[in-house]
Amino acid sequence: MNAFMNQLPIGLSIGAVLLLIALGLTFTFGQMGVINMAHGEFIMAGAYTAYMLQDWAGRQAVLVALPVAFAVAGLMGLLLERTLIRRFYGRPLDTLLLTWGVSLVLQQVARDLFGAPNVQVKAPTWLVGGGEWLGIRMPYARMFIFVLAMLSVAAIWFYLSRTKQGRRMQAVMQNRELASCSGIATSRVDQRTFFIGSGLAGVAGVALTLIGPVGPALGTYYIVDAFLVVVAGGLGRLQGAVIAAFVLGLLNSYVEFWSDASLAKVVVFAVIIGFLQLRPQGLFVLRSRKLT
Amino acid sequence: MKTPGLLAQRTKGGKWRGVVAFAAVALLVLAVAPVTLSPFRLELLAKYLCFAIAALGIGLAWGKGGMLTLGQGVFFGLGGYAMAMHLKLAEAGPGELPDFMVWSGVEELPLLWEPFRQPWFALLMVVLLPGTIAALLGLLVFGRRVRGAYFAILTQALAAAFVIWLVGQQGLTGGTNGLTNFSSFFGLDLASAQDQRILYFIVAIVLGLLYLGFRQLVASRYGRLLIAVRDGEDRVRFLGYDPAVVKTVAFTMSAVSAGLAGALFVPVVGIISPALLGVVPSLELVFAVAVGGRYALAGAVLGAVLLNYAKTTFSENYADGWLYLQGALFIGVMAYAPKGVIGLAGQIRDFVALRTRGPARRIPAQQPPPVPPGPSADAPAEPVEPVGPVEKEAVA
Amino acid sequence: MTAAEPLLKISGLSVVFDGFRAIDGIDLSVAEGELRFLIGPNGAGKTTLIDVVTGLTKPASGSVSFAGRELVGKREHQVVRLGVGRTFQTAVVFEELTVEENVDLAASFRMSLPALFRRRQGRSDAVAAVLERAGLMALAEQPAGILSHGQRQWLEIAMLLAQEPRLLLLDEPVAGMSREERERTGELLVEIARDRTVVVVEHDMEFVRTYASAVTVLHEGRVLTEGDMASVQADPQVQEVYLGRSRDTRAAEPAAPAEEKEKEGVA
Repeated sequence: MNAFMNQLPIGLSIGAVLLLIALGLTFTFGQMGVINMAHGEFIMAGAYTAYMLQDWAGRQAVLVALPVAFAVAGLMGLLLERTLIRRFYGRPLDTLLLTWGVSLVLQQVARDLFGAPNVQVKAPTWLVGGGEWLGIRMPYARMFIFVLAMLSVAAIWFYLSRTKQGRRMQAVMQNRELASCSGIATSRVDQRTFFIGSGLAGVAGVALTLIGPVGPALGTYYIVDAFLVVVAGGLGRLQGAVIAAFVLGLLNSYVEFWSDASLAKVVVFAVIIGFLQLRPQGLFVLRSRKLT
Repeated sequence: MKTPGLLAQRTKGGKWRGVVAFAAVALLVLAVAPVTLSPFRLELLAKYLCFAIAALGIGLAWGKGGMLTLGQGVFFGLGGYAMAMHLKLAEAGPGELPDFMVWSGVEELPLLWEPFRQPWFALLMVVLLPGTIAALLGLLVFGRRVRGAYFAILTQALAAAFVIWLVGQQGLTGGTNGLTNFSSFFGLDLASAQDQRILYFIVAIVLGLLYLGFRQLVASRYGRLLIAVRDGEDRVRFLGYDPAVVKTVAFTMSAVSAGLAGALFVPVVGIISPALLGVVPSLELVFAVAVGGRYALAGAVLGAVLLNYAKTTFSENYADGWLYLQGALFIGVMAYAPKGVIGLAGQIRDFVALRTRGPARRIPAQQPPPVPPGPSADAPAEPVEPVGPVEKEAVA
Repeated sequence: MTAAEPLLKISGLSVVFDGFRAIDGIDLSVAEGELRFLIGPNGAGKTTLIDVVTGLTKPASGSVSFAGRELVGKREHQVVRLGVGRTFQTAVVFEELTVEENVDLAASFRMSLPALFRRRQGRSDAVAAVLERAGLMALAEQPAGILSHGQRQWLEIAMLLAQEPRLLLLDEPVAGMSREERERTGELLVEIARDRTVVVVEHDMEFVRTYASAVTVLHEGRVLTEGDMASVQADPQVQEVYLGRSRDTRAAEPAAPAEEKEKEGVA
């Protein structure tokens, strides 16, 4: 029973990381029709940001890195949007392939800058170890990641529903033409979306340094699952992404627990296909009569 | 002015050009290459042709059918493992275990392996395994109208899951190392240059036949329907067809061609392992098709050969540089030549036409003036300005 | 119009989009061989009605029976296979295929899958007849992408004819056409209606007045009135909600609130 319950914080923290990654994907996908495979490399960039900051901030690097990684990854995303992706709006499949090319280049850049072997980021001492709660072992690092993701979701929710910019973003997501006609500068909104979405990937990267080593291919381990979260959650939907991310995270960790790790992804895949039989457009759907 | 008559002439001329080009390539591949290339190079070419077989399937599913399949590695792998399992068992001899099982302490042949002793069963599985899985997946996914990027993401997830599963099943699949060390292939000695040449011919002939078959398919009513589904799936429903069936058929065929490619890859290269099948190798196959030209089947073949040749050449000399080059090439192709090498000729022609005749003729046909000029139907001798389709018809 | 069993019988039909009742309890019958016009202001539910019949939109309640068979719950291609065809407001044709191939695909849906794998040999008589009828013969081998707007509409109609449906539903077939093209389309419609049942949704009142015999007026998701053109035009209710302000109805209700949901095409 204890072993079973101990799996809970692991699943939740994986779900939290997936959520941070998927948020950016679901918004860029939902709003611009862009499938950004290079999103995984923004995670990697965030993680290496934490690694770099160790020289300066020592063991508190993770904390310092959170805002810095957000900015670094966000700027990378913005740069990518401005230079390349902008030309590809409305061609989602082409953006997928294009950004995969970008992702290859970025991984190689990381290899040249930091070397191919994995590196470690030392967690702050107060995040080492764990406590016990109701007999469940709660590693501080995983709890921290969970709280971090929840705070991020709250911030995004606040931004989307309570600020003018966020409401504009929602408007563009629901109906780009209409939003454009109503005087919303859609291209600026796109840039903001890209910045925030990519920034969140950077934050996810920092979080990942708490539970594993950092390497040039870090992003590739998470990007596929994060895309599955988008598919299952429904495009551009905050609630959908939250639920799908945690379900996937928990499913992954529990299947690994019950059978073996190699089967987990197969089971998750089967579950998603099964789920799509019931809800082909994901958990939450933006209703529209438009056929695509 | 392009009149219908002229257009007909053009397509007829195009058909002859196609036959001549096919004959020339066949001559090059079947007669010139085997006598001019060293055994080592010929083996490499055989490997590229294996990739070309898989690429053909992508050309059909993606280029003609609009289904971006990022999981062809799975089907390639299923075909490859089916073949490799048989070769391993044939080598071990009756009642014996394949070498890697002995090393990893497996004492009894897994039940899954047993029927692969039979060559006919293995050959059947090369086609059936990928075909069935693709058909099932296609019906489930397309039947629920999951498509476009969603489909691409799902196929990619399948590739990721498949590889992780393969690696985990050490005793069953050889794990990370995969299956390797084959010495013979249905009586061919894989160490002999002479027999390798025969193998090369087999690969080339399979590729040629598959190419002709797919050409025929694309030219058939079904092929037209597939293009129609690509360009307007929802409209096709109102023509009385179920797009899910149309798409599943093409997806299944692409999976089968990947399976065949994998099965031939095993004796040619001598190994099948998870590293060859994952997300990245699957994407590389698609990339090859994009480089060659996704809208033409010939582009898929060309791209697979060109790209893998470039990969071998570059990574022999500058391994790191290759990744930069590959990335840059990818970005460049997607941004500037979405129709690939094959489409470049048409693109250049358009560009020149634009320069010499001015931009007026570039008005896209799909945005006609609200009130169309003239009773064009009654005066067919003077059809609409020949705009737009120039680039579309360039590839067939 | 007193046939024993109508070919199309819609009863108690309601469609709700997120709380908005696009169709609010419509009963409508179309007899075999009839040429019926559906008119009404924007947002009256005309296109939605066609969408429900053809399986594109699921109704909240009610039934649609065609030749004695229930259509609600059937998928789009199944409805077509039962013999109901439609066109769209925005003509959608397959631009990369030739005009002939477009029509041929429409004509071939009854073929089995293996039969579809064969190459098309020449031009079938049926396809040739349809191309001739729609005046597209000379353009048969051109890619459909080069067609003008009016020609596209005709190609849509040609594809519909090639399907040989028992019931044809045309959604604003003359929208955006020149006067001459409208006339030709009208003649074509009358000709088609001789041996088929046709329902036409139309905005262009001049067109309706010229070609309509039986008219059903929809308003806010309900049937306002039914009858021949003269009696409908004389109906004070109709004048109020629809033709009201001006006797010149040629420019189809400019002041009616534009209901976004009405505008639709397959994109």
